[in-house]
Amino acid sequence: MTPPALQTMEKAPVNTTSQQTTAPLIETKDLCLRYGTVPALKNVSIDIGERLVTAFIGPSGCGKSTFLRCFNRMNDLIDSVRLSGLIKIGGYDINTRSVDVIELRKRVGMVFQKSNPFPKSIYENIAYGLRLQGVTRKTELDQVVERSLVKAALWGEVKERLHTSALGLSGGQQQRLCIARAIAVKPEIILMDEPASALDPIATSKIEELIIELKREFTIVIVTHNMQQAARISDHTAFFYLGELIEYDRTTKIFTNPGKKQTEDYVTGRFG
Amino acid sequence: MQRHFDIELTDLKEKLLIMASHAEAAVTNAMKALVERDDDLARGVKENDTVLDQLEIEIDDMAIKLLAKAPLATDLRLITVAMKISQDLERVGDEATTIARRSIELSQEPQLKPYVDLPRMASIALEMLHGAIDAFINRDPEKARAFIPRDKEVDEINRQLHRELTSFIVERPATITRCLNLMVISKSLERIADHATNIAEEIVYLYEARDIRHTGKELFPEPRKA
Repeated sequence: MTPPALQTMEKAPVNTTSQQTTAPLIETKDLCLRYGTVPALKNVSIDIGERLVTAFIGPSGCGKSTFLRCFNRMNDLIDSVRLSGLIKIGGYDINTRSVDVIELRKRVGMVFQKSNPFPKSIYENIAYGLRLQGVTRKTELDQVVERSLVKAALWGEVKERLHTSALGLSGGQQQRLCIARAIAVKPEIILMDEPASALDPIATSKIEELIIELKREFTIVIVTHNMQQAARISDHTAFFYLGELIEYDRTTKIFTNPGKKQTEDYVTGRFG
Repeated sequence: MQRHFDIELTDLKEKLLIMASHAEAAVTNAMKALVERDDDLARGVKENDTVLDQLEIEIDDMAIKLLAKAPLATDLRLITVAMKISQDLERVGDEATTIARRSIELSQEPQLKPYVDLPRMASIALEMLHGAIDAFINRDPEKARAFIPRDKEVDEINRQLHRELTSFIVERPATITRCLNLMVISKSLERIADHATNIAEEIVYLYEARDIRHTGKELFPEPRKA
């Protein structure tokens, strides 16, 4: 990624890695975040690899969602948030004044816990972002809509009713539509904040399969409360507790032989 | 819907089948080495045992990682059964190594008697092993169950051979070493049939969710004595 709008900065030394072999796409260094006077993140340093699924786990209030939202500056929308430390994506500091936040969010898409399709047709939900980017040719729009829906494993279910309301889809389908909408603008990173927590086991399974497929093309960071889900879909897992990154390693290590007692206690259900 | 998890389970099954074919080959070659007094072949069996040891470790490692993903029902049984089958197959490899080692010792002296019972035991044990693995591949618990009673045939030949070898020792003390080696081989073959029985029982558990271990007497009652 070489966005001209982003300011170049010297690379921070690798601090917390999960034994990945490729250069990190996302790096944070001593990241601290406060809501007013309440600290939510304390000196979090992490390197997140490209085209991997990285899961953030931890009890409610541990800071994992807050941390996720730092990567596309969603926390900017909260007045009381104070941030220090460094976040780099593709080697560029994303918190400098010169960064275009809209551009950043195109590169770093997001899918939320509750599916939030626009009250428009299935087709328009995906075409909307593209039109904002200046794509107006119908053939091009058609192609991207189809490609995005295919990638989101939804095309077969909706191709006959592209121009009906997205709100008529089931919860699981709406969530896959939101993923299709996120990938239509070709982001590099997709952030997912508990994307399957409101879905039944079948819809959850489809989302999980989709996430594993999507990592061929995208870097995915997911917050989940479901540890088995993290074990099933992620390559690396980070465990947060009280705003601190306690342990970050390969997922198999975290779930079969964690290095820290707090992680062991959490994954075995002894606290949290 | 094909799940990624299914691909991982297929990998586990394939590794188990590779291990089974190595175990079968080890027993076949160990017996060939004994009958043909082929020390090179026997040494090959001993050396190849590390392959089975390594596969057991790899299967256990895969299984632990799969268990962390919280599988349920058949998936859960498959993974736990795979760990047990791999252990049985590794033990089969150990017994084959024992046979190979003893066959090298036996080949240093003249052959005591023509080998008839031992190849018969090996043939039944291998049939059981092969049948159990076939039942695994074909999802056929009935077939697995059908092989279990054959363990008794192997037990009976082992007992008979022990009686025969004991009388040899009494009559001709100079044959003690050879007789003891043959007794050990007979016991190894009997153990291989036991492991094949375990595998068959595990296959029944995998596909029927019924634990039939330690129920042999009830399932296969012996004829009443007059």
